[in-house]
Amino acid sequence: MNYATTENPADWKLPSARKLGILTLILAESALFTIFVVAYLFYMGKSLNGPYPADVLEFPLLGSLALFSSSGTIFLAERCLRAGNKPGFSLWWGITTSLGIFFIYFTGAEWYHLILEKNLTIATNTFGTTFYSLVGLHAFHVIVGVLLLIGILISALRGRLHSDHTEHVEAISYYWHFVDCIWIVVLTVVYILSVRVPQ
Amino acid sequence: MSQEITIDANYRMPEPVRVGEETGSLTRVFQQLIFTVDHKKLGLMYIGAGLLFFVIAGFLAALMRMQLAFPNNHFLPPDVFNQSFTMHGTTMVFLVGMPLAFGFANYLVPLMIGARDMAFPRLNAFGFWVFFFSGLFLYFSYIGAPGLYAAGSAPDAGWFAYSPLTAKAFSRGHSTDYWTLSLLLGGVGSVATALNILVTVFCMRCPGMTLGRLPIFVWCMVVLSFLVILALPCLSACQIMISLDRYLGAKFFDTQAGGDAVLWQHFFWIFGHPEVYILIMPAFAITSEVIPVFSRKPIFGYPIMVAAVVAIAFISLGVWAHHMFCVGMVSLANAFFVTSTLLVSVPTGIKIFNWLATMYGGKLRFELPLIFCIGFLFQFLIAGLTGVMLAVAPFTWQLSDSYFVVAHFHYILIGGLLFTIFAGIYYWYPKAFGKMPDYKLGLWHFALFSIGFHMTFLPQHFLGFLGMPRRIYTYQDGRGWDTMNLISTIGVAIQAAGILFFVFNLIYSYIWGKKAGDDPWDAWTLEWATTSPPPEYNFAKFPVVKSRRPLWDAKHPEDPDWKHE
Amino acid sequence: MTDVSPIRSYISGFLKPFIPTATASFLLFAPGAASFAAEPEASPSSEIHRIADIFAPLSRPAELLLEPTYLVLLICLGIFIVVMGVLVYVLIKFRPRGPEDHLEEPPQVYGSYNIEMAWTVIPCLIVFVLVLVSARSIVEIQDQPMPEDALKIRLIGHQWWWEVQYPDLGIITANEIHVPVSSKNGPPRPTHIILESADVIHSFWVPQLAGKTDLVPNRVNHTWIEPFKTGVFLGNCAEYCGTQHANMLLRVIVQTPEDFQKWVENQKQLPSEPKDAIAIQGKKDFYDLSCVSCHKIDSTPAEGVFGPDLTKFAIRQTLGAGVAANTAENLHAWLVDPDALKPGCYMPDMKLSPQQLDSLVAYLQTLK
Repeated sequence: MNYATTENPADWKLPSARKLGILTLILAESALFTIFVVAYLFYMGKSLNGPYPADVLEFPLLGSLALFSSSGTIFLAERCLRAGNKPGFSLWWGITTSLGIFFIYFTGAEWYHLILEKNLTIATNTFGTTFYSLVGLHAFHVIVGVLLLIGILISALRGRLHSDHTEHVEAISYYWHFVDCIWIVVLTVVYILSVRVPQ
Repeated sequence: MSQEITIDANYRMPEPVRVGEETGSLTRVFQQLIFTVDHKKLGLMYIGAGLLFFVIAGFLAALMRMQLAFPNNHFLPPDVFNQSFTMHGTTMVFLVGMPLAFGFANYLVPLMIGARDMAFPRLNAFGFWVFFFSGLFLYFSYIGAPGLYAAGSAPDAGWFAYSPLTAKAFSRGHSTDYWTLSLLLGGVGSVATALNILVTVFCMRCPGMTLGRLPIFVWCMVVLSFLVILALPCLSACQIMISLDRYLGAKFFDTQAGGDAVLWQHFFWIFGHPEVYILIMPAFAITSEVIPVFSRKPIFGYPIMVAAVVAIAFISLGVWAHHMFCVGMVSLANAFFVTSTLLVSVPTGIKIFNWLATMYGGKLRFELPLIFCIGFLFQFLIAGLTGVMLAVAPFTWQLSDSYFVVAHFHYILIGGLLFTIFAGIYYWYPKAFGKMPDYKLGLWHFALFSIGFHMTFLPQHFLGFLGMPRRIYTYQDGRGWDTMNLISTIGVAIQAAGILFFVFNLIYSYIWGKKAGDDPWDAWTLEWATTSPPPEYNFAKFPVVKSRRPLWDAKHPEDPDWKHE
Repeated sequence: MTDVSPIRSYISGFLKPFIPTATASFLLFAPGAASFAAEPEASPSSEIHRIADIFAPLSRPAELLLEPTYLVLLICLGIFIVVMGVLVYVLIKFRPRGPEDHLEEPPQVYGSYNIEMAWTVIPCLIVFVLVLVSARSIVEIQDQPMPEDALKIRLIGHQWWWEVQYPDLGIITANEIHVPVSSKNGPPRPTHIILESADVIHSFWVPQLAGKTDLVPNRVNHTWIEPFKTGVFLGNCAEYCGTQHANMLLRVIVQTPEDFQKWVENQKQLPSEPKDAIAIQGKKDFYDLSCVSCHKIDSTPAEGVFGPDLTKFAIRQTLGAGVAANTAENLHAWLVDPDALKPGCYMPDMKLSPQQLDSLVAYLQTLK
């Protein structure tokens, strides 16, 4: 029996697999982060000993600015690519990558200060545990993001990237924006909320 | 992005490649298996690996039952028994249940939606091999984990590894670390495959296959994948936390330093409860395909069936603490989780009623798939009802952590899930291998396995009523537990005999089975619209889909489904 | 048309296994200890209730939780009969009739809004009723206020034994809880049990007395019992806590108020000094060997709290948290090698000489 006759396939529109794929991954990662945020909120104000958030945390202004502006620059890079402006893309993408690396540097500097000068480690108290695990998980995702960005940058610099790759680049940018959104949550919960909770 | 089909006039279709008939040496066959990205081969590999781990975990169960056949028995020392129930549970959940689910999904979802393969074939292969490696890694613990004072060996903290039993102080050696890392790895593979299934269903359907025309099997796999995406990362979070506790001195669950032991239970069961719905989804999926075909009627109430399965998934995200009724939560919390747990029984019951209504007024064909699904209906009903009983918290205050719970979840997982896995294997065996499974051998399988299953697990309800707790390697005589434990153990031997018939049937039918055509059961979904086994590209041309039963429309042009939907 | 396998009817073949088990489970569902032989009534305080049937409660919380239990059992039984009835009916009524049967398809029915409504609404109503009944029962049991003068017991779980303290009475013992019996008609005399843990999670479960509640480290849980019958009730630890979870047994000894008072008096007194030479030697050995680092005996230099308090060891019914009866022979075997009776337990083999063994057994048996 012949079951095969196609019915005007040109009218059949389906969502983009790449975009849905990265969005699904983002959903899974959100679930992962949610558990660590919940752990942080649960232990807020419950440390048995110091140092406490209000004593040692300083609002990471420079790092946050770097990360937030990198979301802007990645958008500009995408716009360049869609318009076919490859040098423009390389420029803005490169700036995004650098801003990402800055963020990692600032996080590292903050941790250096906390561990060596304020004596806060992951084993000090429940604040240390939940702080380093949450911020560390986020920093890990930034590092992965930076590696992805570098990969694309290398392709762009070798002249292999053109406007057909808009969707691929868009998928990577979704991930980068996700990392940014998580940072908003971390900022709110850790640096704004928990420093105000009495111990 | 739209799908484009261009058919080159000079293109010649390659001959369909049948599994096992690849030309060349054995090395070549092996190489093809290791490097394959074909969803059908990977599906069969998932199912094969799942069945292999099933036999291993079943063997562990047999050992445990032999130890428990008599009071004060000395067949197994306590540490071996404790490792056995931990490995049995961990294996059955992560190395049997989930791979079988992914195997069925992998094989059938692209075929049912008229696609050529999954959305990300290489990710598919990655998912399989990561799972397989995680299984080998878990079992390596038997030889690899001794650690200090030879205190290690296989994990022995229970499949849900409650803290603080898993803290370094109480779980010396590396057994818990093997458990943690194996599950962390396996979780990565599971999320990868679930992502693949979701993207495939949404982005790779053939023209005409709208979401409202998806077979319920595909809907169930979509819901399963969605639950995996949400729940498995929670387990990964748990594994990361316990590893940080054990190795970097973190205080997540360190009760001496202000950590909370119950927090582990919350996080674990936020994963764990959706996990058990992930495990039962394939049962719903397979039953929803088998019952209509062997009743010769469409599924009763398709939209409600889809809505019910989606509702089950959503509600299941909010019932986790019914595993924690005894931990000392405030009464309001207990009452909340009683409510949400009872609520989830409503869509589940609806599904059972719909399956019965599908059979009602039909013309039943008592082939092996339907026989096993009927067993499923009976046993799943019992299991669901014992679940309703357990939802009532005061009842659970007596029966939590007793053999009643063991009976409940084995009725679900064996009586429910495994029976439908058997049904599904018998149903799609002709499609995958081009041969019909033997009917008489299948009946022997069914009869022996059913008798053995009920013999083992029905008495365990009453052991719970008589106060026998779980996870004890021995018990004293005179508690009223002796006879039922012995009966329970004898049932294991009968189940094993049933499994032997099953395995023999698979092999026998492959070699001497009757040749099956494209569509031996006279079914209606797209996988039956291609050869048995399908060629590597699945379909020569995209089939036309105008309703939920495209092959019914093709076979009954005078009364197609799309006039009634 | 494609090949269709011949239709064979094997109804009796596959229904047969179900009927006996369904009937058996239906009959066995009958609650109560009726099916199980009751222990002959020995003396009131020493009757051992070996069969811990949850459907034969002998304490108020265990009775209270049976109310929603019976309701849900009844509802589930009703649902089971109805749904199974439909299944059996369907299997018989729509079975294959003959070889010609497959030539025509049955009427294709796609669904029915009204029927779907019916079997959604009715389960929702059942759920509503069950929620209300459960919630009431939960509050009634869990939030039961304890009278000011209720007997208070502090139960601390260890791997793998129970530490029992009576904070108001100044008593510390192990593995046995003594409580006075209450009466159904008289004023309620509940016992308030505070649950804590020294290491991992344990669970207190004496089925005929109450539902179980966990003992969680760094957390204080509460439960209560109010037994109506004297005797000895057996309980198990009900949360997996390591190697010897199976042998972490608990005895709740319910006594008449007079007997309970006598027990309290005895516990408050110090054990009498050993009179026998061999027992005196045993007392000396107890302090010379490192027993004292783990075990406490009141008013002696033994102050160890890692292991059970041994002050009134000799009047306890079992040793090793229920792993063996407390006889001289078992005590001897225990001291020779605890690991032989309770593999994995934390008491080490003290490598005692036969004379030390005899003297220690003699001494420990004087601790009354």
